[in-house]
This record gives sequence, structure tokens and C-alpha cells, in this order.
Amino acid sequence: MNIDKKIADDLVANDVSFVTTVPCKQLAGVIDEIENRDDIFHIPSNKEDEGMGLCAGAFMGGKRPAIIMQNTAIGVTINTLATLTQYYRMPLPMIISYRGELREPVACQVEMAVHTKALLAQLNIPTYHFHWQKDVEEFDNILKYTFMCNKPVAILTDANFWGGYGDQ
Amino acid sequence: MIRSEILKEIAPILRDQLVVCNIGIPSQELHAIDDQPTNFYMLGTMGLASSIGLGLALAQPKTVIAIDGDGSVLTNLGTLPTIGNNAPSNYILMIIDNGSYGSTGDQPTYTGKKTDLAGMARAAGCDNVVVVQDVDTGKALQEAIDGGKATVMVVKCDSGNAKMPVITMDPVVIKHRFMEAVKA
Repeated sequence: MNIDKKIADDLVANDVSFVTTVPCKQLAGVIDEIENRDDIFHIPSNKEDEGMGLCAGAFMGGKRPAIIMQNTAIGVTINTLATLTQYYRMPLPMIISYRGELREPVACQVEMAVHTKALLAQLNIPTYHFHWQKDVEEFDNILKYTFMCNKPVAILTDANFWGGYGDQ
Repeated sequence: MIRSEILKEIAPILRDQLVVCNIGIPSQELHAIDDQPTNFYMLGTMGLASSIGLGLALAQPKTVIAIDGDGSVLTNLGTLPTIGNNAPSNYILMIIDNGSYGSTGDQPTYTGKKTDLAGMARAAGCDNVVVVQDVDTGKALQEAIDGGKATVMVVKCDSGNAKMPVITMDPVVIKHRFMEAVKA
């Protein structure tokens, strides 16, 4: 199974047509896939809170948005999640590279990884963790759930899900 | 002129447009001067008016005016390259540049010193940047609307705030009312 293609296919099938991204090595393939889809408008952000602002505007303009980012972004975006996305009750699928989990080669990444789920739980953000490739089968249901309940929803995807890094 | 005087003057122009208004006193002033369903008031999240406005302009064809402040743009400077590389023709960013953080007690920002937001916007790739003196705001805004191209306006004015009540409207109501106006 090509995970990148499956994620992009599910986004399109759920009418998600506005995607903002902040780069990540693990997410490079899915970002490429989205960039190359005619039915998705891809706009890279310089910072994740900026991206959430873009998504809020796109949603109010009638598009279904999504953001792709690293879990370090949870540290950047807590205020935006609480006072924009949640306060105005807007849906936002967050496809998150869960750096610092199993098969992570960079020790510093672990420092935010240990806080990630606790922060998401504190924010009452529904959170899913993709560890095995087959976990992606749930992605379609998660998107439907997100746009049903109008909440930000986190999909944490770790290095094992992406097949590790090139040197492993 | 201070920001509230500018907003009063341009209210008849704003009335027919989709407006995303910056957090704090700017939204309170616009709400008190001329509340409209076409106004989206930010109640939190400093710095994202320009980004919300850009997302909205990209998602639908009506003209969008994002009313931002110098302090708020400084807090989200990454917005300028994103605007410079992506802004559609229906996007107007109007930065009320009074050289101070108005909502928090008029502490000075760097734009009142050496920093030039218009220059930064141009360097970020924004092709159509105009610097406007407060008294000329209405004329410049109308020109930007009629011009049909993405515009960044830097409106130079005095520091100061009008005393206006806080917005008590529920955020979900603000959003719903705005989304209905977008669709209308």
C-alpha cells in the first residue's frame, strides 16, 4: 500500500480541498502527493498557527481544510487551537508527524514527543495514533468524524508507520 | 486620526465587503461603529487576521478585507511571504499602522522606530503595496477594491483607542452569521 496516495485519496474522497503544510522529512511524500493533486489546493505555511488561520478562513469560505505538520507544532499552536479553532467550533484534521517516537534517530525530538499526547488530552482534542501501516485504514473514518463534530482532530503518525528513516 | 476615526470614515465602504477584523480593540471599535454580518470579529489569537483573510479569499471569489495592526503583523511575519506568493486578486490586507500595541496599553512597536512594514511586504513578494496617510484611507481602500488585484495597504495614523464595549456575541454565532453572509 502506498500510504501517501491513500492519505491524499481519502482527503479528496472527503472533499478536503484546501491543505496547508509545514515541512517534515517523514511527511515529504504525502506533501508531494498533495502538491501534485489537481483537486487539492496546497499552500505551504511558514508556521503552524499561521496555517491554522488559513484553514479557518478557508473553512468559512466553504472549503474543507486540513493541516499537515510535526508534533512540535502542538507547542506552537495551543493558543490558536483554543481561541480560534475550538472557540469558533471549526473542523480541522491535523495530520501530524509524531517525531520522537519509536525508530526516531534524533534524541531532541523525544522531548516534545513525551508531552504531545498529554497536551492534546488537556485540550480535549480527539487523538489517533498510527503506528502500523494498516492503521491508515481508519483515516477515512477519522475525516468523517472530524467534519461531523466540527473539532480539531489529531492523527499522530510515527516513524514506524512511515517505515522508519532511510538509514534504518 | 486614530484607528476608530478611520473605521468610522470607511464604514460605508466596509459594509458591502467581507471583513476579517483583528483581535481586541479594533474588533470592538468596528463592532460598535457598524456591526454587520459580513464582519468576522477575532476574539482571540493575536496575529492571524491576515491569514484568516487570505484563506477566505482563496476559498471563494468575493473581495476580502483583512483589517490588521502593525503589532499583529509583527507577531505573524511569516504571513507576508505567504501573501506575497499566494494572494488572489480579491485579497486586501489593510494594516492600521499606529506604531503601537493599542489593545494592551499603547506600548510602542518597532514600526514606530526603524521597521518599515511596507518595505518588508515588498521584500516578501507582495507586488502591490501602498502606504497611505490616515485621511486618505477611504479613497485608497476604494481604489484597492476597484483595482481588482491583491493589495497590501499600510495606513499610517496616530496611536490611540476609542472606549468601546467588549463583544459579547458568542463566537459560534459570529462564525455562523459570517458564513451565511459569505454564501449569500
